[in-house]
Amino acid sequence: MGLGLASAALALLAAFAITSLVLLAAGDPVGDVWAQLLKWPEQRNWANIINNACTLYLSALAVAVGFRMNLFNIGVDGQYRVAAFTAAVVAGEAWLPGYLNTAFAIICAMAVGAVWAGIAGVLRASRGVSEVISTIMLNFIATYLVAYLLREAAVKEEGSNQIATKEIPEGSWIPGIPFGDFEIYGFVVIAILCGVAFWFVLNRTRFGFDLRATGQSSTAAIASGINVKRMTLGAMMISGAVAGLVGLPIIFGESHSYGSTFQSGLGFAGIAVALLGRNHPVGIALGALLFAYLDEQSNPLQILVGVSPQIVAITQGVIVLTVVISYELVRRYGLRLEQREVARALNAERTAKAEEVSA
Amino acid sequence: MRRTTKFAAVLAAGILALTACGSDDSNEPESGGDDTSSAAPTSDIKVGMAYDVGGRGDQSFNDSAAAGLDQAKEEGLVSDETQESEAEDGEAESAREERLRTFADAGYDPIIAVGFAYASSVGKVSEEYPDVHFAIIDDQSLADSANVASLVFAEEQGSFLVGAAAALKSKTGHIGFVGGVEVPLIGKFQAGYEAGAKAVNPDIKIDVTYLTQPPDFSGFGDPAKGKTAAQGMFDGGADVVYHAAGGSGGGVFEAASEAGEGNWAIGVDSDQYNTADPSVKDVILTSMLKNVNVAVYNYLKEVSSGTFPTGVNTYDLSVDGVGYSTSGGFVDDITDQLDDYKQQIIDGKITVPTEPAK
Repeated sequence: MGLGLASAALALLAAFAITSLVLLAAGDPVGDVWAQLLKWPEQRNWANIINNACTLYLSALAVAVGFRMNLFNIGVDGQYRVAAFTAAVVAGEAWLPGYLNTAFAIICAMAVGAVWAGIAGVLRASRGVSEVISTIMLNFIATYLVAYLLREAAVKEEGSNQIATKEIPEGSWIPGIPFGDFEIYGFVVIAILCGVAFWFVLNRTRFGFDLRATGQSSTAAIASGINVKRMTLGAMMISGAVAGLVGLPIIFGESHSYGSTFQSGLGFAGIAVALLGRNHPVGIALGALLFAYLDEQSNPLQILVGVSPQIVAITQGVIVLTVVISYELVRRYGLRLEQREVARALNAERTAKAEEVSA
Repeated sequence: MRRTTKFAAVLAAGILALTACGSDDSNEPESGGDDTSSAAPTSDIKVGMAYDVGGRGDQSFNDSAAAGLDQAKEEGLVSDETQESEAEDGEAESAREERLRTFADAGYDPIIAVGFAYASSVGKVSEEYPDVHFAIIDDQSLADSANVASLVFAEEQGSFLVGAAAALKSKTGHIGFVGGVEVPLIGKFQAGYEAGAKAVNPDIKIDVTYLTQPPDFSGFGDPAKGKTAAQGMFDGGADVVYHAAGGSGGGVFEAASEAGEGNWAIGVDSDQYNTADPSVKDVILTSMLKNVNVAVYNYLKEVSSGTFPTGVNTYDLSVDGVGYSTSGGFVDDITDQLDDYKQQIIDGKITVPTEPAK
C-alpha cells in the first residue's frame, strides 16, 4: 500500500517535471500553465469533469475486464459507437413507454456491444486470431457501418448541416442528479454500480477467479480444469457489454440522439485510464477523474493562457507513461526487498541449524 | 529506499528550478502584449474565435476564417487582444460548450464559432449569455436567435460555375468529384457541380466519391486518400476532377499532374492556384471560392461600427460570397459563358439544387 502510493507520487512528480520541460522547450509560460492547471475548478467545470469521467470510467472498465484476462480489447471504441447508435435508434423509435423504453435500449446496447466484441472472441478462441488485430479491424467496420446506417436513419434539421437520429422522447431520458446549480448525468449511479459489480465478480465469484487465473497463466488454468476458450469468449463478451454502456450517459443525459458530431475516441482514452488505474475499480475512477480534469483544462489553457491544446494531450500521455514506468520501478524494488527479506530469513535459519548441529 | 528518496529529491529540486524560471518567463509576453496595444490605439472589441478541427494553419476553411480576422485586426477594427481556440477531433459536446463559455466569461464579445459542429453548443450558450454576441459559420438553424448571426454560403452556386467550367473543358465528356466527408454540407458542392456540368452537357458522365464517413473526419486532411480516389477517376477516363475535401485536395492535384497533359483538377474554398504546391499549380483549372474571410471580415466590420448583425447572412454569387478563380488563365476562353451562367443564377433564371439527386 505504501509502495503503491509512492509509485503514484513518483509518477506525478516525473510527469510534472517532463511537462514543464516540454513547456519550456515550446516557449510557453510554465508558471501560468501550472497556475491554471492547479486552480480549483468552478462548480460548472466540476459537473463537466464528473460527466466526462463517467464515460471514461465505463470505457476503462470494459478495457480492464479484458486486461485482467490478458486480452487486449482495443475494440472498445468501435463497440461503444455501434452500441450507442443502436440505443439511440431503439430509444428514438420508442416501441415501449417511458423507462421501459430506456431499459430496453440499454439492454440492446449491451447486447450489440457484446456481440460485436464476441466476433473477436470467437476468432480468438476458435482460430487463434489475435484479438488486437481483429478488434482494430472491427473498429473500422464499426465506423463505416454506423456512418451508413446513420445516413439511412437520420432526420435532418432545417438549416443545419448536422445529421442525427430521431430524438428520444422526453419520458425516456435519464434525469440528471442536482450538483449545486448544475446537473450531472444520472448514469453516474449506473457507472458506480458497474464498478462494484466489476469488483464483486472478479474477486468474489468462481468466474472471476477463473478469469484472473487464465490471465496469469493459461497453461496453469488448463491444468486446473478451466475451459480457456469459453473464458476467452466470455471475457470478450462481458468487455463488449460494458463497452456498450460507454456512450449511453451522453445519449440519455445530454444529446438525446446520435449525430455526426457524437464524441469519438473514448475507447482509446479508456485504455490509458485502465492502465492508469491498474485495472482496479477505484484506481480507474481516480484515473478517469484525472483524465477528465485535464480534458477540462484544455479550453482555459488555450483561451486564458494561450498555449496549444496539444500540450494538454502531451501531459496526458506523459502521465500515463510515467505511471506505467514508476509502477514497474516500484514493483521491481518491492520484489528485491522481498528477495532480500527471504534470503535473510533463510540465512538466519541456516545459521540456527548450523549452531544446532555444532552444539 | 535510499535511491528512491535521492531520485525524488533530485526531481523535486529540478521542478522547483523549472517553475522558478517559468514564472519569470510568463511575465514578459503579458507586459509585451500590453505595450503593443497601448502604443497603437485600436478598438476595444475583443473577438473570441472558436475554430473547428484543424484550427489556424489548415490551409483551408479555418485559415480562411482566420484571414478575415487578421484583416480586421490589421485595419484596427478589432482589438489585438483577440484569442483563438481550436476543436479536437471527436471531442465531447461539453468541450465545445465550455470553449464558448470560457470566451464569454473572459469578456470576449463577439464570439465566432467556425463550423457547423458548433450549432447546438452556440444554441445553448447563446441563451446562457444573452448579452454576448455570437456568429456561426455554415449553419442557419439558429436564425431566430436574438444574439446569433448565421453566416452561410451558397456553395452550390459557386460549384455550379466550376461544374460548367469542367464540362466546357472536358474532352472526354467524363468528369469527377471528390468529397472529403459525406456530410450534407459537402453534398451542396456535389449538387451544384453536377447541375452546372449538366447545364453544359446533359449527357456528361460524372464520377462521385467521398473519402470518409462521419464520425471519421480524416477525409478533410488526408492527401493520400485524395490522390488514390482521383487516380481512379483519371484512369477511368475522367479528365477534370473537382475536390471539396480540404487538405486532402493536395493529393487530387498530384493525381491530375501525374495523369499528364490535358487532365485538370479544380480547387476549393480559396484560390488554390496561389496556395497549392508550385509543382502542381499548372493543373489547377480554377477554384471554387468560398470567401469565409469576406464573411468574417464583413461581420467584424459591422460589429466595429456598433451594430451586431443577427439572423441569416447569406453569402452567394450576388455579393461575391462565392465564385470561381481565374488565376493561371486557364479559363480565360470560357469566362464569358461562365459569367453568363452567373448572371442567370443571380437573376433567378437558374435555381441550383442544394442536394445531390439520389
